[in-house]
Amino acid sequence: MEPTINNSKPSRARTKTPPTDLPGWGIDADPKNDPTYPMKQRTDAEQTGYSWERPTLQQPDVEILKSLERPNLTAVFGTSTPPSGLSGMLRRHAYANYSENDNRHWFTLVLADKINVVECVLDDLASGHVPNIFKEKGYKASWQHDRKGLIVSLGTTLAITAGLAYLAWPKNKRGKKPKSRTVYPS
Amino acid sequence: MLAMSFRGPQRVRVQQKPMPEIKHPEDAIVRVTRSCICGSDLHLYNGNVPDTRVGMTFGHEFIGEVVEIGSEVTKLKVGDMVIVPFNVACGRCHFCKQGMFGNCHEANPEATAVGGFFGYAHIGGGYDGGQAEYARVPYANVSPTVIPEGMDPDDAVLLTDVVPTGYQAAEMAGIQPGDTVVVFGAGPVGIMAARCAWLFGAGRVIVLDEYDYRLEFVKNYAKCEAYNFKKDMEDVAMFIKKQTDWMGADCCIDAVGAEAAGNAVQTITGRKLLLQGGSATAMHWAINSVKKGGIISVVGVYGPTDNLIPLGNFMNKGLTMRGNQTSVKRLLPRLIEHVQNGTLNPKGIITHRIPLEEAAEGYRLFSDKLDNIIKPVLIPPSAR
Repeated sequence: MEPTINNSKPSRARTKTPPTDLPGWGIDADPKNDPTYPMKQRTDAEQTGYSWERPTLQQPDVEILKSLERPNLTAVFGTSTPPSGLSGMLRRHAYANYSENDNRHWFTLVLADKINVVECVLDDLASGHVPNIFKEKGYKASWQHDRKGLIVSLGTTLAITAGLAYLAWPKNKRGKKPKSRTVYPS
Repeated sequence: MLAMSFRGPQRVRVQQKPMPEIKHPEDAIVRVTRSCICGSDLHLYNGNVPDTRVGMTFGHEFIGEVVEIGSEVTKLKVGDMVIVPFNVACGRCHFCKQGMFGNCHEANPEATAVGGFFGYAHIGGGYDGGQAEYARVPYANVSPTVIPEGMDPDDAVLLTDVVPTGYQAAEMAGIQPGDTVVVFGAGPVGIMAARCAWLFGAGRVIVLDEYDYRLEFVKNYAKCEAYNFKKDMEDVAMFIKKQTDWMGADCCIDAVGAEAAGNAVQTITGRKLLLQGGSATAMHWAINSVKKGGIISVVGVYGPTDNLIPLGNFMNKGLTMRGNQTSVKRLLPRLIEHVQNGTLNPKGIITHRIPLEEAAEGYRLFSDKLDNIIKPVLIPPSAR
């Protein structure tokens, strides 16, 4: 049987009538807003290089890491959470050795982030503070609005953790009889 | 003071932290009265942004009262109620001079691709954010804007990011009258992008998301078409082609970024293993759904590493892609007009007002899309 080919033009109108009960239709339409025009108010000042009059410079009172792709610190900067510990060493290494163009910069920082989480749990415990994971994860909201999902999620996590713990436990301590060893008479 | 403190992926604590101090003569200290949780904060919350350090306070959408000013601050005075745009911008560098306040070169020593942002890890400059009782606001002469008389604070807080970002998403899409615009994502920014697309004369606005409650919301709020990409179609690009007489959309807006669902490979490599700068599913769909010669506008946030997208199709189709962090200061005057004359109703997207002390629950609600949440606002004790 010959396959049938539908050559008819689709009849669906491409554009529908915009809603009439919405204020402001078309009031910001701009025929000149064509993407071949840049979004900026072009000055081409970049051609003079790093030449603007800089603001007063903030004085660093904590360690600030700087991208290799800049010649200096910016005039202002945030001072939140300076680098510290092992994660801080990794962050210093990432900033000092790899540009933003180098994926090692980012993957080193991702690794530092993971280590930083562990460091902070240890810091909490060392200072006598046991993190309230249930509170920090906002599970009260899950309990109120998605109880089943929370139970499944926590149950799954618990089962996986228990399974891994079982596998990690030495075989001879899992209630199994240890293999007998042959003892040779001396 | 009370402040949100990041403790690790999906862990948030509200604790006492030292009061912020004036560190630079152009600084101001602001007592926060409203602070939103943004979809971009979820990238941090989920541990997808490199150099997000434990102990940092998030929050780049906040308003408040000026309580202290540095010696060189002339445009604000103590007692002023201000909108604080999320960009930290000097107003002097070449990029600020060209209206690119999201690209300031004097606000972020740690990364050159982006300017400085409040509460956005150290790739945003290491500034603690506004999910706290007080915040340090650098370059107070430049971006912070006094809230106009009579403006509802709930409207004002959304002018710090969500409304400008939705507006710039539509602006960057180069919408011409009659154009068909497809918005990927019905979160707060996607909703606002859909609403603002009409301001530029769109002929048709289509929004895609996976959550029915969000689609229902955007359909009512932005008077657009809304479809569930998991239920209403098997293939997104095919669906859009069929909807557009087999041409493709004139413009596609990526209002999702790194958290996108819908493609297992993207999700595993981008969101779980962090081998990409997030899941680029929305970008992938945008490239394949837009017409030849069409425009893609990107306001979804991705991490700094590589992403898997169909670049071959991008070239072969002759597409144009525009993206940027929103230049809030550039857009504020026009958007304030739109709010004041009733064209835009930002506060209409706020669904949850949450005490700052319950920030962890707010993040959980927003991250897991519980209780039909669209936009959560955190309110510190002093503002209640």
